[in-house]
Amino acid sequence: MDVLFGNLGEFLTRFGGTIALFVCSAIASLILGVVLAAMRVSPVPAMRATGTVYVTLLRNTPLTLVLFFFALGFTKLFFYLPFFLLAVIGLSLYTAAFVCETVRGGISTVSEGQAEAARALGFGFTQTLTLVVLPQAVRSVMPPLTSVQIALLKNTTVAAGFSVFEAGGFYRAVNERGGSTLVALLWVALGFIVLVIPLTVLQRRLEKRWSVSR
Amino acid sequence: MSAPTAVLFDVPGPRARARNTVAGAVTLAVVLALLGVIVWRLAATGQLDARVWEWVLYENVQLAILDGLVKTLQAFATGAVLALALGALLALGRLSDHRPLRSACSGFVELFRAVPLVVLMFLFYYGLPSAGVTVSTFVAVVLGLMLYNGAVLAEVFRAGVLAVPRGQSEAAYALGMRKSGVMRFVLLPQAVRSMLPSIVSQLVVLLKDTALGFLITYPELLFQAQFLGSNASLGSPLIPVALVVAAIYITLCLLLSALANWLERRSRRNPAVIAIAIERPDDA
Repeated sequence: MDVLFGNLGEFLTRFGGTIALFVCSAIASLILGVVLAAMRVSPVPAMRATGTVYVTLLRNTPLTLVLFFFALGFTKLFFYLPFFLLAVIGLSLYTAAFVCETVRGGISTVSEGQAEAARALGFGFTQTLTLVVLPQAVRSVMPPLTSVQIALLKNTTVAAGFSVFEAGGFYRAVNERGGSTLVALLWVALGFIVLVIPLTVLQRRLEKRWSVSR
Repeated sequence: MSAPTAVLFDVPGPRARARNTVAGAVTLAVVLALLGVIVWRLAATGQLDARVWEWVLYENVQLAILDGLVKTLQAFATGAVLALALGALLALGRLSDHRPLRSACSGFVELFRAVPLVVLMFLFYYGLPSAGVTVSTFVAVVLGLMLYNGAVLAEVFRAGVLAVPRGQSEAAYALGMRKSGVMRFVLLPQAVRSMLPSIVSQLVVLLKDTALGFLITYPELLFQAQFLGSNASLGSPLIPVALVVAAIYITLCLLLSALANWLERRSRRNPAVIAIAIERPDDA
């Protein structure tokens, strides 16, 4: 208990960092992922190919390597950015590939009649997708989409390996003050369990409320 | 994916064809521009100079990278075997008729699915010494991989067993088999066959997660990359080494993914395999 209450400010600041990183990356990855999914089902071959190559590459690269590049290589190649932004970019680029695959899976669950009806009304591809198919697809993939975001929340700890602002680095701060590393890490683990539980509850809720009756 | 895709748009007429060509050209231009910027920055910062690529020719460096690869594969193989065993045990526990065992296994699975793998590895490597137990980086990596992926695989196995039609176990009980026999001879073989693609995809995740060992200084590929990349006598070739290592990881994962896809296609052709659409557990 001493380890936690003696460093409560530190603990909360770091979990604040985790949550900020999670929220920013979640929003960016959802947007990019949906755009990629739209590209992968579009009538333009170049867009489909770009989407496929992107997803294949990013899904088969370890996240550690992606963040390794952004933490150590990006500044060398381009320009200086604070590590928080680099971590957001890395995590979003990585997670977007998984969001894309989930949304694409959702698109294939929407019954064909829906898109056919939309086309019969004279809708083009963009209208069919954004007004008819995607709203239904996203609802049907809410549970797996939440799983992807829960994975993102846990993946934010990988960023802690490269920097210090995040919850995963709490043990170092405690260690410097002579506290027990083991206890500090157990508190971090508990903190994550506490963060994941509301997301799981939200997942079940959304599943019930948003499930489409077909 | 071809069927649902084709449903989303009409066969393009002349105007749509022109529009699609323009959109295609724009996409291509954007992609080429992005690649161009990357290559330009690589060249401008001297990452394409012969000096920082010389290391490729040195035998010691090749051996160091090979050693990293072997260490990665060792952690992967050990972690995979242990995770599969743990997953099977936990799945059996969760399917048990005894309530205490069932809830204990459920709790275990939920716990290790919620805790980030990095935190687990940190716990074993940096945390345990405070309790007087010291483990090597290899043990910390493998334990973390085993516990996390075991918990995920337990869910996969359980879903597979539950997806076997009830008539199968009823018929086996009617033949006088015991619970263990029903599980071993009837349910598990069918479950494993139908879950094989999902199991292999989870192994891809496990392979990618071995790279987390880098964070606790387990000398796997990425660690070697950083070590070589900061070597001033080689010209600090961090980015070139990282590119090579990335290519190695992607190749390994693609090979495993290809195996998963092949297994899936094969099982779809085979009518004896139960067709179940369970989420592939590839959520990052």
